[in-house]
Amino acid sequence: MYEQLSSLLIQILSRTVHIFANKLVPLVGVGGSVETLEKVPWESVLFGLVVLAALGVVFGVALAIVAARFIVKTDPKVDQVRETLPGANCGACGFAGCMGYAENVVGNPDVAVNLCAPGKAAVAEKIADITGKKAEKVDPKIARVFCQGGKSLSQRKFIYTGVQDCTAAVLAAGGDKSCEYGCLGYATCMRACPFDAITMSADDLPIISKEKCTACGKCVAACPKQVIELSVESKAVVISCHSRDKGIDVKKKCQVGCIACGICVRTCPVEAIKLDNNLARIDHSKCIVCGLCVKKCPTKAIYDYIPVRLKAQIDPARCAGIDVCAKVCPVNAISGGPNAVHVVDQSKCIGCGMCAARCPKKAIDMIAAVQQVTGKPGADKSTVSAGA
Amino acid sequence: MWEHVLTIFIASALINNFVFSRYLGLCIFFGVTKKMETSIGMSFTFTAVMLIGAALNWVIYEYVMIPFHLGFLKIVIFIGVVAAFVQAADTIMKKVTPALYYKLGIYLALIVTNCIILAVPLINAEEHYSLFESMALALGSGLGFSLALIIMASIREKLELADVPKSFQGLPISFVLTGLIALAFLGFSGMITL
Repeated sequence: MYEQLSSLLIQILSRTVHIFANKLVPLVGVGGSVETLEKVPWESVLFGLVVLAALGVVFGVALAIVAARFIVKTDPKVDQVRETLPGANCGACGFAGCMGYAENVVGNPDVAVNLCAPGKAAVAEKIADITGKKAEKVDPKIARVFCQGGKSLSQRKFIYTGVQDCTAAVLAAGGDKSCEYGCLGYATCMRACPFDAITMSADDLPIISKEKCTACGKCVAACPKQVIELSVESKAVVISCHSRDKGIDVKKKCQVGCIACGICVRTCPVEAIKLDNNLARIDHSKCIVCGLCVKKCPTKAIYDYIPVRLKAQIDPARCAGIDVCAKVCPVNAISGGPNAVHVVDQSKCIGCGMCAARCPKKAIDMIAAVQQVTGKPGADKSTVSAGA
Repeated sequence: MWEHVLTIFIASALINNFVFSRYLGLCIFFGVTKKMETSIGMSFTFTAVMLIGAALNWVIYEYVMIPFHLGFLKIVIFIGVVAAFVQAADTIMKKVTPALYYKLGIYLALIVTNCIILAVPLINAEEHYSLFESMALALGSGLGFSLALIIMASIREKLELADVPKSFQGLPISFVLTGLIALAFLGFSGMITL
């Protein structure tokens, strides 16, 4: 070892001396072995340096001239917007990456500031500050499970003992659930969720946490039954069923399925519900989230995501006895004739808020219910385990 | 002489296709072939940069490097020339055709250090090609690369609809495809011997 090292050192030294002896003539060659070394004349080194330097100067000057001649002025706002954006380049805004959105939101007055889905309201506000546009409220979305038929409420076609995963279960004759539209309950969505927002209920249905869900859509893509959808969070009344079977078949398979009876369609005060192919669907642009259909649905297939609804209460001092509230109330909870102070029957009121919206004197407040009698519709909802 | 030029052109486009026979330039090849639109744009840019770069490098090699015996510096100088030219093209494009710049600007930066762009002047220098022969090689290589991009883009666009196993989705299946096309291109080998 030592001998080898020393011999190597001696070799290096002798070669250095050799080079110096040759008046510092550089040696170039391939592989470094002595045979391939060739002498490079002094002029080459000099020319090399001069040529490289000259090329460098020429290119440098040329680039400087080009840069000065073809300068493009960019709006500093674009860079500011770009910095506030999350930089995920997810394309949810509909533009090519964050830079594309930044340019369009600054340059085009018609592009809204709230298109960035991951950034949510905070980013929309900042962009509004920078661009001077009006910040419209972002309607946050949330993933919702369109099935309430957990294992206790629905039938099974056969006993599935394969891999405990929905994508695997679906390969076995479309899954073991009798209803071919429903949630299989093998938690593929839970494993797909990058934010741990999904947990499985005791009844094998996914429960999506309102706080943790970012509406990224990973669970929507993972679900082989397409039973999860992204919907607007504020539109909290949802027909939690995807079954397009005939009503009689639905009843055989599941206790909480939509049987397309049409009661909700007739009940809805704003005609937001339509029957389509044996399934009721809510048009969320029309829905006022009154919750009336939830009360009327015979199979409880419609789910109200508002945990506790407020109750209407009329302030006697402000009530002018106009009677609009009594006419508009869908459950006839308001009594009192014209020119008399009206009273809300708290046990009948379902908290839809329609009277408060219509009262010209703003005499109706929506407040938390004082004391509820147990056994009322509000209480028995908890027995229906839905994908809350 | 023209026969030789034509031979070089065809050989570089098909027989010695840079992607399928020499396995060079795979970074851009896999980067832009997701969409037909970008790969066509890239083909034009690439061929243009290749032609102009080869011409510039030929002039510098022939009239500066050979007289001064600076052949050993060719890699450094060729990269420098291409980088300067691409940078200038980048700046000019940004001003003159912003639309094209936003489509291809990212790829122009990739072109600077692309191995095919460097390989063409190096081969030209190695083989001591004349200007016409160099141009033929550059054009042939550019068109060969464009051909590779367009074949790959058209397949990958179809592939979007195919039911690919999850572990093969994306790049892995593209590599498999490239291997298969390369096998097909092996059929050209030996047609022309240079």
